[in-house]
Formats: sequence, C-alpha cells, structure tokens
Amino acid sequence: MHYLSPTTVDDAVAMLAAQTGDCRILAGGTDLLVRMKSGFAEPDAIVDIKRIEGMRDILHEDGGFRIGAGVSGAEMSENADLVAAWPGVVEAAGLIGSTQIQGRATMAGNLCNASPAADSVPAMVAANAVARIAGPNGQRDLPVAEVPTGPGKTSLAPGEFVTSIFLPARPDRSGDAYLRFIPRTEMDIAVVGCGVSVTLDENGTCTDARVALGAVAPTVILVPEAAEALIGTTLDDAVLEAVAKACSAAATPISDKRGTVEFRTHVAGVLARRATKIAKTRAGGK
Amino acid sequence: MALDSKSDLPQFKVVGTRPARPDGIDKVTGRARFGADMSAPGMLTGLILRSPHAHARIVSIDTSKAEALAGVHAVVTRKDFREITDDDFTADILDNCMAGAKALYDGHAIAAVAASSTKIAREALKLIDVTYEKLDHVTDVDEAIEDGAPVLHEGRSDETVPAGMSPNVLSRYEFGHGDPEEGLKNADHVVERTYKTEATHQGYIEPHACLAQMGPDGQGDLWVCTQGHYMVRNTCAAILGIEQGQLRVTASEIGGGFGGKTTLFLEPVALMLAKKSGRPVKMVMTRSEVLRATGPTASTSIDVKIGMTKDGKITAGFAEMRYQGGAYPGSPVEFGAMSAFAPYDLEHVKTIGWDIVTNRPKAAAYRAPGAPMAAFAVESAIDELARHFGLDPLEVRLKNAAREGTKASYGPTYPAIGLEATLRTAKDHPHWSAPLGENQGRGVACGFWFNFGGDTCVTLNITPDGTVTVSEGNPDIGGSRASMSMMAAEELGIPYEKVRTIVADTGSLGQNEVTDGSRVTFAVGLATIEAARAAKREMCKRAAMIWGIDEEAVEWVDGAAQPAGPNAGKFPPMTLAEIAETASNTGGPIAGHHEANPEGAGVSFATHMCDVEVDPDTGAAKILRYTVFQDAGKAIHPAYVEGQFQGGAAQGIGWALNEEYIYGDDGILQNAGFLDYRVPVASDLPMIDAVILEIPNPGHPYGVRGVGETSIVPPLAAVANAVSAAAGVRMTDLPMSPPKLLAALHAKG
Amino acid sequence: MTKVHVTTTINGDPTEFLCEPDETLLDVLRDRLGMTGSKEGCGTGDCGACSVTLNGRLVCSCLVLGAEAEGQEIGTIEGMAQGENLHVLQKKFIEHAALQCGICTPGLLVAAKSLLEKNPDPTEEETRYWLAGNLCRCTGYDKIIRAVMDAAKEMREAA
Repeated sequence: MHYLSPTTVDDAVAMLAAQTGDCRILAGGTDLLVRMKSGFAEPDAIVDIKRIEGMRDILHEDGGFRIGAGVSGAEMSENADLVAAWPGVVEAAGLIGSTQIQGRATMAGNLCNASPAADSVPAMVAANAVARIAGPNGQRDLPVAEVPTGPGKTSLAPGEFVTSIFLPARPDRSGDAYLRFIPRTEMDIAVVGCGVSVTLDENGTCTDARVALGAVAPTVILVPEAAEALIGTTLDDAVLEAVAKACSAAATPISDKRGTVEFRTHVAGVLARRATKIAKTRAGGK
Repeated sequence: MALDSKSDLPQFKVVGTRPARPDGIDKVTGRARFGADMSAPGMLTGLILRSPHAHARIVSIDTSKAEALAGVHAVVTRKDFREITDDDFTADILDNCMAGAKALYDGHAIAAVAASSTKIAREALKLIDVTYEKLDHVTDVDEAIEDGAPVLHEGRSDETVPAGMSPNVLSRYEFGHGDPEEGLKNADHVVERTYKTEATHQGYIEPHACLAQMGPDGQGDLWVCTQGHYMVRNTCAAILGIEQGQLRVTASEIGGGFGGKTTLFLEPVALMLAKKSGRPVKMVMTRSEVLRATGPTASTSIDVKIGMTKDGKITAGFAEMRYQGGAYPGSPVEFGAMSAFAPYDLEHVKTIGWDIVTNRPKAAAYRAPGAPMAAFAVESAIDELARHFGLDPLEVRLKNAAREGTKASYGPTYPAIGLEATLRTAKDHPHWSAPLGENQGRGVACGFWFNFGGDTCVTLNITPDGTVTVSEGNPDIGGSRASMSMMAAEELGIPYEKVRTIVADTGSLGQNEVTDGSRVTFAVGLATIEAARAAKREMCKRAAMIWGIDEEAVEWVDGAAQPAGPNAGKFPPMTLAEIAETASNTGGPIAGHHEANPEGAGVSFATHMCDVEVDPDTGAAKILRYTVFQDAGKAIHPAYVEGQFQGGAAQGIGWALNEEYIYGDDGILQNAGFLDYRVPVASDLPMIDAVILEIPNPGHPYGVRGVGETSIVPPLAAVANAVSAAAGVRMTDLPMSPPKLLAALHAKG
Repeated sequence: MTKVHVTTTINGDPTEFLCEPDETLLDVLRDRLGMTGSKEGCGTGDCGACSVTLNGRLVCSCLVLGAEAEGQEIGTIEGMAQGENLHVLQKKFIEHAALQCGICTPGLLVAAKSLLEKNPDPTEEETRYWLAGNLCRCTGYDKIIRAVMDAAKEMREAA
C-alpha cells in the first residue's frame, strides 16, 4: 500500500490516474479508516487531499461560500459568516460524530461516503449545494443531490474526486435547518434526517423552499411535494401538517438495526414539521 | 430515630473520609499499565479466526498455508488441546475459547495464529481454510424451547429437567414457600404479564488483552487484564494440564469488567501459542471481537403473576423465568429466581427458572448476574398493581418490605437489613415530591443483591521505617486499593498515607476468589483488618519484650503500644515506627496475614427513583432526574461508594433504553461496535444523586456490605415504570428504544 | 510495501518514526513510540479513549494515519502534566474520584483540556456534549462532569 500526499489538484489527478488497484481518497478519514479497521476496505493506495492548496479553505464566492474538501465540521462551525448564512448546513455537518470526529470529518467526505443517512447531505441538498469535481477530463460542477446514486455508490467516474462544495448566495429572509433523529443524544447514525431551506417575502409568504430527507431511501431524497406545500403560504400549522404528510408519503425506508419502516416513515414527517418551523424562524417568519 | 445507627461501631478516623487513591497519578498521567500496555522482548502478535456462522459443524481446518507463511510462528486449533472429560465446567470454557466439533455462535473462535507482526498474523488468518457444514440456528430464548428448534447439544440437560422438553433446556430451578395459587385467591387484583429483556454487554472500555510466555519445562507467565488472576491461573492450568504453581499470573490494571472478566477467552490460547512458538505472545481483542465473542448477559422472557389487596398487601407472587445463557450451560437464571422477590415479606411465593442454550456467545457474569431482569419483571408488576389501586408505590413497597426476621423467598431469614431505610429515605427526599411536567413520569423500584465472601488472602508487612505495605490478590476495579489502605490505617492507628496496597501476583499469596459478588471491600477488607490485628498483636508482643512485661499487659492505642492500665507498668507509648525500627533485634521482621473464606457478606438493598420525559412524536425517552438510595453497611470511601451507585444506575439506564444485542435472521450479530451497541454517553444522562444509607453488616468488623452490584438491579424497572407513567402505556419489553416506544404509543391510540 | 518516514512533534519533542502507510497514529504512539497512555477502546472513533490533539484540534488518534502526522504537532496525555506538576484537570479527577478503572481517563482528560481551552466557562450541558465522544462505563459521568466544571472554575479564578 502507498500513502500519497499531493499538493496540487493536477498532481492528485495524475496520481489517481496512475493507480491500477483500489485507490481511496483520504479527507477526514472518519469513514475510510473505520472501513479499513473493520477489514471492509484494503486499499492499494490512499491519496490524502488535505495538503492540496485550497482544500482547507472556506472562501466567499459570488455571495456564497466555497468550502474546501478538507474542511472539517469544527472549522465550519468557527466561520461566523458561514454560520450566519447557512446555519442548518453547519449544524448538519456539526452533528457528524463526536467532538473528535468534528475535528476531522468533512462534508465532501460525508457526501462521497454515500450513506443514505449522511447528516450533512440532506442539508446540502436543501441548500441546493453544488459539488466541484476534479478528474482526468478536467473540472466539473454537479449538484450535490446527483452525487450519491445508492448506498456506498456515487456518480463520480474513476479518477474523479470532489475538491469543494459550493453553497449559493442567500436571498434576504432565508433560513435553513437540519434535524435528525437518533436514539441517544450523540454518537449515533441518523435514523431519519431532514433538511429544510426556505425563503420568505416581506409579508412572510414563502417564495422558495427545498425539503430533503435522509435515511428513508437508498439515497438522500428531495421532496418536491413538501416544497410545493410550503411555497405561497405563511407556513402556518396546517401547512406544516401538509409538509409532514408529504415527507412521510415520500419516505420509502427499510427496517434495520436502527429503526423500522413505520418509525422512519412517521418520524420523517415529525422532523420535517419541526425543521420547517426552525427554518421559518431563521428566515424571520413569525 | 436515625435510620442508620452506628452506635456499635468504632469511632472512625480514616474510614469514611475521601483520600486520593494510590493509583490516581498513574491513571491521570497515562502511566498505568493495562492489559494491552505490556510488551516483551521478541514478542509475537496472536490473532484469532472466528466463525462467520451462527451454527456449523467444523468439517475440517487446513492450516498448512498459514503455517507456511513467513513470519508465522505458531497456529493453534482445538487439536492442540487435551480432551477434558472429567470436568464439564472447564471443558465448556475451553470449547468457548477454541471450538471443538461445532461453531456454536457468530464469532466463536476456530483457530489462532502467532506471527511476527499484526499484518502477517492477519494475512495468516486468511490462509486458514475451514470447511463448515452450516446448521440451523436459534437465538431467541422462547424459540429455542419450541418443538423442532435447532438443537445445540444432545444430552446436556440435567435431572431437574422433565422428560419431553427441548434438549436446549439444561436445568430447572425452583425457590419459594407457601402456595401462590392459594394466595392469589385473596387478591383484589392480579397482574399477569410476560416481560422480555434483550441481552446486553458489560461494555468495559478495555478490550480483553494478555501477554503470555510458556516454556517447555511447564513454567509459564501471564500478564492479563482480569477480575481474578487466581481463577485465570487455575483454569488455564486445568486446560493446559500443567500445575497451578508453575503458572504465575500477574493482573494488569483493569479497564472495567463488571463481571465480564471473570472467565477466560484468550488466555489458554495465548499460552498455547507461546508454548508452540517458544516466544512471548500478546493478544488484544478488537471491539468487534469483544461484542461478538465475550461476555453478554442473558436475554430473558419472564412470566409474572402477582396478587394484591386493595390496600396494597401482596397476597402471592409467582414468576417463571426463561434465561438463555448463550451456547453453554450457566445462564444466571438461578440468581434471577432467587432474587426476584427478595425485597418482600411474602406468605406465598414461588419462582421457577429455566436455563436455556441458544446460538449466542457464552453468557458471562454482568453485575448482579440475573437479578436486574428479574427485578424488572417483578417491580413492573408491583408498580402496575399500585397504580391500579391508586396507591403510593413507595407505600406499597413499605407495606410488603422484607425486614429483620423475614424469611426470604430464596430460603434464609434476614438479619438486620436496609430496605426499609432506603424506602423511607426515598419518601422523604425532595425528589419524590418534585413537580412533573407534561409527558413526564416518575418511577421507583427496589433491588437486592446477595453479596459474597470467598477465598481471600492478605499479607500486611511492617517495613523497617514504620510504613506499611498490604498485599492482596484481587484486581482493583474501582478504588479497592484505597479502601484496603484505609482499613489498614484505621486498624493500625496510622495515617492513610503510611499504607500502600498492591495487588500481588499468583506467586505471592494463596488462593483468592475473583473480584466478583461485591466481595472485595467486605472479604478483602475483613482479611486486611484481621491481618492488621495480627501485626498489632505481634507489635504488642515486641513492646512487651522490650519492656519486660507480659504481652497480655500491652494494648494498641492510636498507632502505638502502651501498657494496658496502671498495673502493667509505667512506660511511654511505643509507636509503630519505633517498634519497626528495632524489629531486627526483637525477633525479626513483623507482618500480619489472614487467610479465610468469610461468611456473613450481608445482603444489600436499594431503592431507585427516576424521572423521564417521553417525546410523544418520536418515542424518545430522556432521563431528567435520577436518585439512588442504597444501604452500604459502612461506606469506607464514600466517593467510591457513590461511584458504584452512579455507575450501576447508568448501566441500568442503558439496558432499559437503548442497549441490546441485535441478531439478523442469519444469526449474525448486527451491531458489533460502539456505534450501534449504544451505551449511554455523557449527554444522555443527568447528574445521578447517590444517597448512602449505613445499616451496619454484623458480619464485618466495620459493618461493610458490598455495594457494587445492587445498584444495577432497580434501574431497569425504575426507568420502565417512569416511561410507562409518562407514556400512559405499560412497557414490558426492553430496551424501550424509540421505535418500540413509538409503536406502543400508536397502538394505545 | 514501503514504510513512510515521518518527522513530527509530540508533546513538544521533535520525533521521527517509520510506519506502515496504513498504520494509525494510535498504533504508532503505542507500538512504535511506547506511548501507551492513549488507549484503544474501539478503533473506530466511537469511544474517545485514544483522544489526542493534532495541531491543537481534538481528534481520535485511531482515525488518523501515522503518515498524516508529518510536520504536525501532536499532543497526548503524556504531555499534560508539566514535570511533577499535574494539570488542574488531573488533580480534580483524583480529588473528585472521577475515575474508577481509569481506562477512559487519559482520553477524557485530553478532551476536557481541549474544551477548556476553547471555552473556559462551559455549562454542564456544553461539557456533556463536548465529552459525548468519550465513553465511560464505570462512573455514570457524574463525577467526571463535576471534576471538569470544578477545574474550569479553578482555572478561571487563577487566570
């Protein structure tokens, strides 16, 4: 096995192209090293992308934020501008694991690990985030929602890797939130997760909304019916009930060691209702 | 009247204070050496190949490729061990450490290798070729006794099991007195329910680890994290066919045990690898191995029938208890059946216990083995009866509480006990009258544990400069070295700082029972006190010799020998240090020792009180407040007594809410890691108030009762009673995980 | 397979080691450098017993490759006391009986120190959530939380 530590994106792309065996990208390592410890992954090479220029940076871009693929959740939560603009996304990334995990885990890694239960992904999908991907054919941008294609599977081609996540500019009176359900208060994988982003007009009427669910389908899903229920309303209790119904209806979960179909279906609605309330408050809604 | 009278006890100077523990600095600086922290020159790494099947016949094992791999120094399978035909108990331990004819559970050890690096050892495991014939499996306790259930062993059922039952039922136990059916006729209401609890793991943070050396001369050395290195020595010697005296076992610092380190898993294998390779071999389990192949407690299914009059008198209690203890005999159902009704004074009571095997890891002891599940069932039913009649659940328990003179359901008649004191203190505590909010509930429950004595040796040496060393043979799992030093200092009348207690290896003392049964502070403490008394007698004798008076005319007061009264002569007191200084001239070194198997451990009772809030939308239960009331007899080091109360409560809360062994349909453990085996984390719990009651145990010179185990007995029921009250629906299956609780809430409508 | 040569700083000491490319920092500390104060309770980042700091950031050393330590600053439990002077947290853990078996203690101390550096006046809830990744099976956390809060108070008063 080889440990490779490129300092430029081009070098990384070249190293990845040169590898013939199982080659893994190392960002925070909080999934990869666990898989290696458990014997589920035995890579021939590891490419550590954290020494590539820009990978540890959070930059302002077009009124939004470009978050390097090596930025940890802890670093995100220490960026006041980012927290003010996208509190839901930052909280979602902040829910991944313990304080120790927060010191390492990245949103890009969380995305590419492609777990349906990944905490930051529903929040990113609700935020309409875009992943920037580098590869042998150059650079491309892809909506975050289109990166995972199934449990453990992504749409990335061989030799490609995510270099950054872009969170777009926020219109006035926008707010987002992410909630998940776990059996304990910390340290668990989401049994259900829900990310909500809303924008209100001056009268408090919702003009734009995105609602995404985690852990209720093979990938994180966007629930357009929930967004439709929100847009054009002032997000009153009846509307929240409709959002809950839409999310429960959209959920197609499985029963496993973390939860049952019935539980996940019901709680998807509960979290959608609660997260929407928080997003509304953050957007200045009453 | 004070509930806890101390009138008959000495006035303590050291006992009851909270000094720093002797191993404190080692443990806060990282210097303390635990099981995996030792190494030896030329050491190899040992690893174990484990069964991927829940139940399979082992057709063949081909180790030739592994043996041929460069860097591999030994491969061991069951063939390397002798057959044990005269001792089923030891034979089962060996079979659990290294499978024989069959793999009996997911994770069962099949073969082991020792190699020059972990990497090579891992590679070697992959080269071992095992041919399995898969067999049907069963992991549920109730399914295991159904007709046609897969059978683990033929012919292991003992004479207590009626003909015609499943061969998976190995033993039947019965306790009680009176006639419960008769007693139930006098009841105004009867609760009859079945309760189930899932298996939980002790969850010690330190995985099993050992470092073994074994020469061709039959002499061996073993460094190991264990609750009982004498047990390790004796059992390894029996398995390997060597003499006990030839194997020296040293206990490392132990990173938690809770009963799970009272048996063997790696040790005989490590010794065999060391013997075959001629090199020291270190073995350390992964967390996944710990969960798959060590320690869980039994899962249970318990039928309870209790009758009560409308004024709260229990007229009869009956329980039939099915415990699966994994793939071998020895589930803790006997203790469950003995302890279920132990807190109550009942005219008619009967418990029946069934020991059942399934395709799960061999159950190991877990803190008050068998009792928490039994208490969950009985205390839930009593709570339901109290609520049925609108009675105060503490009053109901007081009305039926066992007292001095009560004939216990398991046979003996109690001496002075503390149950009533815990109940009355609970009733007067502010927690009991604190207001509750919406979706909140409060539960109480009682618990009992026997406490044990057991073989014990202590040697106490007086050094030439007048300090004192105490050698004991029980691994210190929660501060016991501090307690021994305190009792020695108390008895000798010297400062705590003048005593240092160590845990001696098996070559240094006689036989010592495992650190279990909450026995150490009681039994080792008693032996320490007796050893100190022996040393005091010797020091009085030396003083008498120096003074030229009869040794009966000398007494020990405040750390010094002095003439016992005016007729004995006029001499200034001679301190311990002064006697020690001249010991060489008065007969040689001074020591005291004591060897015993003390009776009179003194049973212990507790009452727990718990407030819970239930989220009706998600089924999540949050512990808001928790108070433990327990009789400690006499708290030697109150901080560590509180710690035992708090730790037991926390483990019980985990058991009640989120901890469980989850098996797939394939019989494979689904959650073999701390990610999905969900022990409570810091943010899950409130502060846990610990109220120490002291009703002296007449069987101990200072009144000590064991405290370690009783504290895990009430929480399952206390939490369940609180959750049931908050949710408005009776919860009878543990854990009360959110999906289960939400389903119950929805079923209630 | 080629070993990786790493130059790093551990508790202020310049340190060099060779490790396998897939070897964790925890294994390097324990098996190559003899620093066994960091413990392995799970190897998967779920128990916190291996907590160290990496450039001042609290991490699980079981989830860091040894090779990643190149040019970084590592802090472990062995560096917490200054000579024979214990850190306030170490003293408070002993004083409050915040350890029973002691296996989780090094990780908890490293994590608690990291908390107090970031937040000298944490609430009980903040302390509990910060330490949620450090499992303790003996104490029920009560005395640990009290020790950390008391240490924070003493450190604030001394500051």
